[in-house]
Amino acid sequence: MSRQMTGADIVVQALKDQGVDTVFGYPGGAVLPIYDAIFQQNDIRHILVRHEQGATHAAEGYARSTGKPGVVIVTSGPGATNAVTGLTDALMDSIPMIVLSGQVPSFMIGSDAFQEADTVGITRPCTKHNWLVKDTEMLAETIHEAFHVATNGRPGPVLVDIPKDVQFASGNYISPAKADLGHYQPRVKGDKDAITALVELIEKAKKPVFYTGGGVINSGKGASQLLRELVKATNFPITSTLMGLGAYPASGDNWLGMLGMHGTYEANLAMHDCDLMICVGARFDDRITGRIDAFSPKSKKAHIDIDPSSINKVIHVDVPIIGDVGHVLEDLLKIWKSRGRKTKTADVKKWHAQIDQWRAVDCLAFKNSDKIIKPQYALQRLEALTKGMDRYITTEVGQHQMWAAQYLGFEEPNRWMTSGGLGTMGYGLPASVGTQIAHPDSLVINIAGEASWLMNMQEMGTAIQYRAPVKQFILNNERLGMVRQWQELLHGERYSHSWSEALPDFVKLAEAFGGKGIRCTDPADLDDAIMEMLNYDGPVIFDCRVEKHENCFPMIPSGKAHNEMLMGEEDTQGVIDSGGAVLV
Amino acid sequence: MNAVKLKKGASSFSAYDLKNFSGDTEETHTLAVLVDNEAGVLARVIGLFSGRGYNIESLTVAEVDHESNRSRITIVTTGTPSVIEQIKAQLSRMVPVYDVHDLTVEGPSVERELALFKVLGKGDKRLEALRTAEIFRARVVDSTLESFVFELTGTPEKIDAFAEMMQPLGLEEVARTGVAAIARGH
Repeated sequence: MSRQMTGADIVVQALKDQGVDTVFGYPGGAVLPIYDAIFQQNDIRHILVRHEQGATHAAEGYARSTGKPGVVIVTSGPGATNAVTGLTDALMDSIPMIVLSGQVPSFMIGSDAFQEADTVGITRPCTKHNWLVKDTEMLAETIHEAFHVATNGRPGPVLVDIPKDVQFASGNYISPAKADLGHYQPRVKGDKDAITALVELIEKAKKPVFYTGGGVINSGKGASQLLRELVKATNFPITSTLMGLGAYPASGDNWLGMLGMHGTYEANLAMHDCDLMICVGARFDDRITGRIDAFSPKSKKAHIDIDPSSINKVIHVDVPIIGDVGHVLEDLLKIWKSRGRKTKTADVKKWHAQIDQWRAVDCLAFKNSDKIIKPQYALQRLEALTKGMDRYITTEVGQHQMWAAQYLGFEEPNRWMTSGGLGTMGYGLPASVGTQIAHPDSLVINIAGEASWLMNMQEMGTAIQYRAPVKQFILNNERLGMVRQWQELLHGERYSHSWSEALPDFVKLAEAFGGKGIRCTDPADLDDAIMEMLNYDGPVIFDCRVEKHENCFPMIPSGKAHNEMLMGEEDTQGVIDSGGAVLV
Repeated sequence: MNAVKLKKGASSFSAYDLKNFSGDTEETHTLAVLVDNEAGVLARVIGLFSGRGYNIESLTVAEVDHESNRSRITIVTTGTPSVIEQIKAQLSRMVPVYDVHDLTVEGPSVERELALFKVLGKGDKRLEALRTAEIFRARVVDSTLESFVFELTGTPEKIDAFAEMMQPLGLEEVARTGVAAIARGH
């Protein structure tokens, strides 16, 4: 099928043929022809955000919760530059996203035209790949290639910059099946010999641990199923990064909780003391490893990753396996089963007994209060009152994000949307809107801090306009909590600019937008207030006034090893030296 | 709570240190990178090096296959073995990159660079410059009564040596192409 149409129609047709049902965007001069084409059709739903950054995070929420790529349309110049944070966020967390940006007419490029920016230049380091389309004949193929690149290999964001004259001109449309997608074809199958080497390590391991990450989620629901089967069959303990929560159920017998800087005592000590570490779709991020030269000193390490550049980037591994998690786990199970399903059962049992001792420390215990709401308590109650519901959680960035990861349990993949790699404050509200648009009948809650939430609060308007009943659960401590915590521990309790003296009245703010506001200050009222939020059919801002000086524990201070965790306030005296203070 | 207590002032290391598990010694490698000759491809490669803090000693690029629209980028870089491995992996995963060859480890290869030298001088200095150029097999591609332009092709070391010899003889200006390299044999 090939036919002549305008560039703008080609864009819309290509999106339809790629199976896109929703785009997030904001119109402007350089994308008017595309918006005209969107106006004249009903297959693709356009969600008008309030700021282009909101569009990108909404698309990330949509993508992360559905497994499909998120699509964004922005105009030239400021439209494109506003998308940069979301592009970088998606690049760091490997979220498939296609951003289509308008550009000034091709004959005006380079003339400092109104709303001109070198968009492909600016976005080159924050996309997996990007294109400037100078010829309408190339437009359809470029968009199809963009989807191919965004969704294959390690997923990531791409951008297609389309000058306005290219949108107006006519060209040939070609379907995805006929498009030349270039030579980008990353391998998905792992090397059999390497997988067999890992099987041999699994058969001999006495203290094994699975360390899993966002790659399991990106590989699809099947990968999570295979992981569960493998964990069950081997009886090996499993921990996960922030990005990987939900791939293995939090209620599972072998679950250790999240690992890393604010991970559990049992997860971090298991990582430190193990003799076999099986890293599945994670990348040894500095939030995970702590001090590199003290990282899991006694273990053999295997690393399954689709991106060859992740192998040996930070930590040297003994068995690298390059491939898609789902494909590799399938082969791994097959080979392990064919060799008689062997593990050192007795030793692994002893290992579990050791882990149970660490678990008994109860590292997430906290001093509760009947006078003031502790943030941990608020999340425990939210968890208890929403357990078993068809629930999606997004977060902003900071203490509340870590507490959410610690106190909420995720049973399924794609239920947890958070900004891990980039740590983008302002991610959660737009991500919750994008998630809710994709799952209109589900419960979507954004766990927020008041400071992060204010960064993209304009997206409440989007939630109201599209009747997205998102629940904004704000743990309001009137502080930049994580900054405050670091200033307390590392900067002599000099709280430089880490609080806000002029916060809005969140209840009135909710009402001003057209939603419902709830404020809760007393722990005794908390359950009723949460139920009121859950029962309201529409967007809610929940102003949960919490303890202002609570710190997030456990904590591995920067520059320390996994077995050097701080467990609570009593451990914090003079533990971080000046060398650690330079780290973030 | 039985957390491990730390001593005040205990040594601490950056979490961002790329610990060099395969040795600290810096090595020089010549990489041949085959890419689609598309807009911005060189900026992508250079951006990778500057963005991740890798070194570029020399870089050349030109289209080598017009039919299939391929360019060849030759990069001379230095780094520890782990950094060199990272550079190759990071290059390989770029969308317009077909192939990355590490000519330094893949067997014997030849490296050549072309340079132009402008040398000003009169009398004995001028004669000495011409004699030295003959020893190095440099060609005279332009001459006036008071100047020569020499063309020299060879390894970077040979070109360095020639530049050193010319320095006291009135060397005014040097233009170098950077290294082009190719594996020996077939």
